Amino acid sequence: MRKLTLWLPLALFAFFAGLAAYMLTQEKDQFVESTMIGQPLPAFALDPAFDGLPGASRADFTGRPKLLNIWASWCLPCIAEAPQLEALQKQGVEIIGIAIRDKPADVAGFLARYGNPYARIGSDRISEVQLAIGSSGVPETFVIDGKGVIRYQHIGDIGAEDVPTLLAELEKAQ
Amino acid sequence: MIAEIGLAALWLAAALAVLQLVSGALTLRAGPGQTNPLAIYARPAAVVQAFLAVLAFLLLLRAFAVTDLSLKLVATNSHSMKPFIYKLTGTWGNHEGSMLLWVGVLAASGGMLAAFERRLPERTMAATLAVQGFVALGFYAFLLLSSNPFERLAVPAAEGNGLNPLLQDIGLAIHPPTLYAGYVGLSVAFSLAMGALLTREVNPAFARVMRPWVLGAWVLLTLGITAGSYWAYYELGWGGWWFWDPVENASLMPWLAATALMHSVSVLAARDALRTWTIMLGVLAFSMSMLGTFLVRSGVLTSVHAFAVDPERGAFILGLLGLYIGGALTIFALRAGAVAEGKRFAAASREGALVFNNVMLSAILAIVLLGTLYPLLTEAFDVRVSVGPPYFNPAGAIFAVPMLLVMAVGPLLRWKSDKPARIQFELALIAALVIGVIALVSFFGQFPLLPLLGLGLAAALGVAAFLPLRGRTLARVPVATWGMVIAHFGIAVSLFGMACEGAFSEERLAAVAPGGTEQIGDFAVTLEAVTPIAGPNWTAMEARLAVRQNGGEPVILTPQARSFWSPPQSTSESALLTKWNGQLYAVIGNQAEDGRWQVRVWWKPFVTFIWYGGLLIGLGGILSIVGRMRVDLKRRAASTMGAQRRADVEALGAAAPQPAE
Repeated sequence: MRKLTLWLPLALFAFFAGLAAYMLTQEKDQFVESTMIGQPLPAFALDPAFDGLPGASRADFTGRPKLLNIWASWCLPCIAEAPQLEALQKQGVEIIGIAIRDKPADVAGFLARYGNPYARIGSDRISEVQLAIGSSGVPETFVIDGKGVIRYQHIGDIGAEDVPTLLAELEKAQ
Repeated sequence: MIAEIGLAALWLAAALAVLQLVSGALTLRAGPGQTNPLAIYARPAAVVQAFLAVLAFLLLLRAFAVTDLSLKLVATNSHSMKPFIYKLTGTWGNHEGSMLLWVGVLAASGGMLAAFERRLPERTMAATLAVQGFVALGFYAFLLLSSNPFERLAVPAAEGNGLNPLLQDIGLAIHPPTLYAGYVGLSVAFSLAMGALLTREVNPAFARVMRPWVLGAWVLLTLGITAGSYWAYYELGWGGWWFWDPVENASLMPWLAATALMHSVSVLAARDALRTWTIMLGVLAFSMSMLGTFLVRSGVLTSVHAFAVDPERGAFILGLLGLYIGGALTIFALRAGAVAEGKRFAAASREGALVFNNVMLSAILAIVLLGTLYPLLTEAFDVRVSVGPPYFNPAGAIFAVPMLLVMAVGPLLRWKSDKPARIQFELALIAALVIGVIALVSFFGQFPLLPLLGLGLAAALGVAAFLPLRGRTLARVPVATWGMVIAHFGIAVSLFGMACEGAFSEERLAAVAPGGTEQIGDFAVTLEAVTPIAGPNWTAMEARLAVRQNGGEPVILTPQARSFWSPPQSTSESALLTKWNGQLYAVIGNQAEDGRWQVRVWWKPFVTFIWYGGLLIGLGGILSIVGRMRVDLKRRAASTMGAQRRADVEALGAAAPQPAE
């Protein structure tokens, strides 16, 4: 009897190890949808982020669905997503940018180096608009429909594989 | 170049771990009395390995201090604009760096054991060092093969990504290193237990060698958990001090096992009983440390402690776990039957009380382990559950309440066997305190059951902790006994804080316009203004709250809603007003559309006692270590003096003239 109880800890551990090994091989779905989806954009009017383009405001989101891209010249992933934004713009998507805590010279420098896909860029010096639309990070991209309602939120940089998703969401928002 | 030296140091340390393992194993195989030519290398290998591993960690620390952005780890976790202190603490605020710290402490403990421990039989020591080397080897392999902290970027980054803002806090400077030192200190207890089991030397002498390591690790775990709990309390801004989060549980489980082990090893040292039990707990304590590491880093469980999780790393650690825990438990199952049974004792004795509480501690450990792993089990069947306080609190209390009662009585009992009638006055006093306090508190209002029980037990324990001193000359009480008294009193203090927080806390959540006032308890809280302010790497909305107690002079509290921009994240900085009898805890939330601000204020009576208690428990542990070490040193000095005197007497006897007939 005593002999058997001595093996008990090992048996319990073997059970745990098997379970953990099984769980490690399973895919995990950790996606949480933003509560801002379906909400209208809050009112805002931002000054131009640099001299080359006009600023951005709530009133710009009329007509066709547009992309709202939260970015900054100091943000590394924003460099990574620049080619994808460029590609989206070439497909006729209008992209309105909001530069977070940025300086005009830096914005101009970034656009000169990595390309400029934006129609307008507003400057959000204290993250005021960013927080109001439920964005907690840079970069983030929102699909806004013709009535100014947030239809889709993409968190993080846009990879090449995300471009079709964004195009489909823009289509849906028509 | 510096980084390459660090990497080379790690590879060399791994090679020395192999030497330590081989040398120890060969000594063990040679059998008693024989020697193997490689035997002499085990100790030096452990010591040099410790220097190399610590060197590697210091070099990484330097890379973070100067923000060397050619290192991938620095570029992804640091930022040149970050305050200097957080650059340093950022070294262990990520997976690779914290694993390197883990391994550094592991090697340092092994080195200290090899350098200073001379009391164990040489074969047991060789087996212990072999096990320690084997454990270290696995973690070196993990670092070098799957989590290299010194990996270079092909092109240095222009700027780093920054550190999770929740971790940019002084709490991070002390909390993880303390906990790691505690976790890893238990590795020595594990190696010693395996060494003693392999050589069948489970006896009081072995227990005396093991005890300071267990006590030291336990003190560090206690302080680490206390600091971690306070950090979560003020940094997360949720007003709670313990969330039964998987990572918190991962630190609590080794603590529970170490607490049981510490008491069990004392019984083995003093009375030569509980031999198998001590070995089992020694294995269990370090197993829980490694399990915690696995749970945190593999991502199998969802937790607020977001380490960069990676299933591949998880698989590696799981493999190590299988090797070490599985191996140890197999040796335990094969060998423990051969360990001679220790001395027997009656149920009503100090050993009896200690065994009872060890079983209770193990039961609480099982409850916590089950609750932590249960989501893993149900997720295997695609059901997502979250196990929280409604399970842990009552299920834990079922065992905690009898344990605390026995803890009050246990130190009053004699070793081996005792009659409860001998201590009837003390028993009556304890019972009267529990019942009296519960009755008194219930008289004043309706409170939940658990905090009520907690208050009664805290009062009884607070008094009972000092009862072992009754009738003794205080100046002559051994330091280690003071340690026990203070640690037990600390439990009472902590329990009192927890119970008060649970029973008497008041909370107010209100939308307040600037100028508006809210009343909570004795305090009138006025929102004077909300202003944006900027820090070195964040901006915030800061509220100015004027707090008046009973209409007195106002104190200004400034809770903030902070936004960090690298990496972008918002955090809630609570503001605390600490009084001797509690804390006022204020948090600012979002602004509503009508311009009013969400303000959340708690009055938490005696909540600070939770952490004061934790500090007292740690102090008690430190006193015990100091007391034991002083006794050890005295004993060693006395035995050297005795040997000297015997030698002198023999020399005199030889020289003395023969008495005349």
